[in-house]
Amino acid sequence: MSNAKAQPKSVLWDWLTTVDHKKIGIMYMVAGLFFFALGGLEAILMRIQLMFPEFSFLGYQTYNEVLTMHGTTMIFLAAMPLLFGFMNFIVPLQIGARDVAFPFLNSLGFWLFLFGGLLLNVSWFTGGAPDAAWTAYVPLSSDSPGHGVDYYVLGLQVSGAGTLIGGINFLVTIINMRAPGMSMMRMPLFTWSTFVTSMLILFAFPALTIGLLLLMLDRIFGGAFFDVAAGGNVVIWQHLFWIFGHPEVYILILPAFGMFSEIIATFAKKRLFGYSAMVFATLIIGFLGFMVWAHHMFTVGMGPVANAIFAVATMAIAVPTGIKIFNWLLTLWGGRIKFTVANLFALAFIPSFTMGGVTGVMLATSAANYQFHDTYFVVAHFHYVIIGGVVFGIFAGMFYWWPKMFGYRLDETLGKIFFWLFLIGFHLTFFVQHFLGLMGMPRRVASFLDGQGLNEMNLISTIGAFMMGVAFIILVITLIVSRKNTDNVDDPWDGRTLEWATPSPVPEYNFAQTPLVRELDALWHEKYEGDGKMKAAEPLDDIHMPNGSILPIFISLGLTVASFGLIYSTHVITVIGLLITFGAMFVRSIKEDHGYHIPVSEIKRGKGER
Amino acid sequence: MSTHLDPSAPLQGSASKATERKLKQEARTQVVSYVFMIFITSTAFLTIATDIIPSSFGIPFILLLAGVQVVMQLYFFMHMKDKGTGWVNAMIWSGMFVAAITVATLMLLLGINKY
Ligand code: HEM
Ligand SMILES: [Cu+2]
Repeated sequence: MSNAKAQPKSVLWDWLTTVDHKKIGIMYMVAGLFFFALGGLEAILMRIQLMFPEFSFLGYQTYNEVLTMHGTTMIFLAAMPLLFGFMNFIVPLQIGARDVAFPFLNSLGFWLFLFGGLLLNVSWFTGGAPDAAWTAYVPLSSDSPGHGVDYYVLGLQVSGAGTLIGGINFLVTIINMRAPGMSMMRMPLFTWSTFVTSMLILFAFPALTIGLLLLMLDRIFGGAFFDVAAGGNVVIWQHLFWIFGHPEVYILILPAFGMFSEIIATFAKKRLFGYSAMVFATLIIGFLGFMVWAHHMFTVGMGPVANAIFAVATMAIAVPTGIKIFNWLLTLWGGRIKFTVANLFALAFIPSFTMGGVTGVMLATSAANYQFHDTYFVVAHFHYVIIGGVVFGIFAGMFYWWPKMFGYRLDETLGKIFFWLFLIGFHLTFFVQHFLGLMGMPRRVASFLDGQGLNEMNLISTIGAFMMGVAFIILVITLIVSRKNTDNVDDPWDGRTLEWATPSPVPEYNFAQTPLVRELDALWHEKYEGDGKMKAAEPLDDIHMPNGSILPIFISLGLTVASFGLIYSTHVITVIGLLITFGAMFVRSIKEDHGYHIPVSEIKRGKGER
Repeated sequence: MSTHLDPSAPLQGSASKATERKLKQEARTQVVSYVFMIFITSTAFLTIATDIIPSSFGIPFILLLAGVQVVMQLYFFMHMKDKGTGWVNAMIWSGMFVAAITVATLMLLLGINKY
């Protein structure tokens, strides 16, 4: 059925059924911020427990659960969705498209992620969260009593399916939906990094899916893949996990690299230095990301030759990463640098991330790794790259794109207070952890003994964590009190790329007329060579839009119900859940829906003409 | 209302002469490759069914046939030979490349021998 007009809907129904990439992007952001706060709370709880030697704030079992959920939440439910939020909102705008290639799948991806994340957190109320750490090494995870690890397996399976769908969607979108003139080598770097990230998702997530499937078969159906007594092999889990896990860290950092490339160029008022080298480096990092997984397993006993090969391969990644760092520095060189909050995060990222990179090369030295492995040195390392890279990127992106996404500018003064507090808190927390690790404090322990020289640094670390917590509260306050800054939101930073050619808030069809791209930094080119407006690549005409659908929620809900059936081995419920899912898919397949059209008159009204 | 903007609208009218010729040729290619693939499959079955061919030759041979089969499937039935599939080609082959290296490494690492 093809309606001439969109049906009027209530606000709630509109959000539940939306297939608009911008609304889905915003939902990813909101859900991601919620899980970020949750994961942060778990971090604070852990740091309180480690504030003093032999402190008894959390029990040991609770500590393990909090630790596991912190890592799992931060990676899968906070960092990735926040990045997906930006990708969803920004990438179609940057390539001059009206939406992603598969709007329905896009919404399905979001709801799968959300249901998976909620499923994981239900475990808190049903007798204990997963407690085998986010890496869930067997046999710890396969023998873990209770249902915690079952929630881990199925929650990640459901949300992982959503991520995979999202990744494929971005790939097709970027290949097929670019505006006329937007060749691959004119794409902004955030779009490029989204593209490479999506490839990594496509190739890496299946390994996790298989690993989780095997673990589920072992735990719930009495399988023996990881049961040594029955001829299984425990090391296979580690391999499968890290074949996924190492690309995963690049899935997180590459989009952040993309954001920094845009932000630094914008606020240095210069074209990005070495654009093609940046693109090439991104591709190389993506490829090498698959060649290094065993650097997480140096102490497993793979033998010296294998260790050496993986050590060298790992160090090779420092080369393209170094190229990127130098290109950012050279972009800044001689630029008219503006110290906005977004740019402050970008500038702070460079030294912070580099420190994480340096400890990364140290860890990659396989002989030295025997000393560092499973100590706080590792905790310090990955927080320097994850917070100093990914989280700084997310915050920079928030301050940069907020006016486009939400129609108001975030307050710069409050933002700067937030920035400094967060930056100092971050270094305070994690810098000392390098030394804790070198002194032998193991990671993933719920307590430490007095009289080993660990007391002061643990206390400092906890104080830093509190500072970050306070900073986060200031961020939330900033988000709320800035709502009055609705002036100058279309292009507040004198932007270079296509998203700044749209009005804020962006109309649901994005571009009344598909823009014609004539150069890299399309908008900048028009500002300096043209009349400041994008040229149109098509006449003004009716715009075809897809209809919303509630089915993605039912598909996701069905899988969640089925997961409960599997966790509690009540397979009637499993079958019911799968019936809901496949029923909803069936409805989707047989129901004809050609979407609707927005008439020209309405588009003209949106442009302020009559 | 302009229908050309609706990508899922049903097609109308009949195809041009050139399109028709292309479609006919396409159909012939499909039939030929279908027959050829059935031939490969039966060869594989025969290789194993007879006692004349030793399994030391038979197993690698049918694996080779399987490889040919996969490539033909992708190129002829799933249209990877067509124009405008550059990205699909690049990604499928790089995926296969990464997967091959990964599986080979895994087999070495999980083997009895440590290197
Ligand atoms: C407020 C800032 C944060 C603090 C204070 C913090 C603190 C901690 C602590 C104390 C641990 C436990 C280490 C151990 O016992 O071995 C940990 C582990 C971890 N954190 Fe964080 N963290 C923070 C933010 C993040 C973020 C933003 C991410 C990811 C995006 C993250 C990812 C992880 C991971 C993956 C682990 C390992 C979990 C595991 O071993 O299973 N953290 N963190
Ligand atoms: Cu790694």
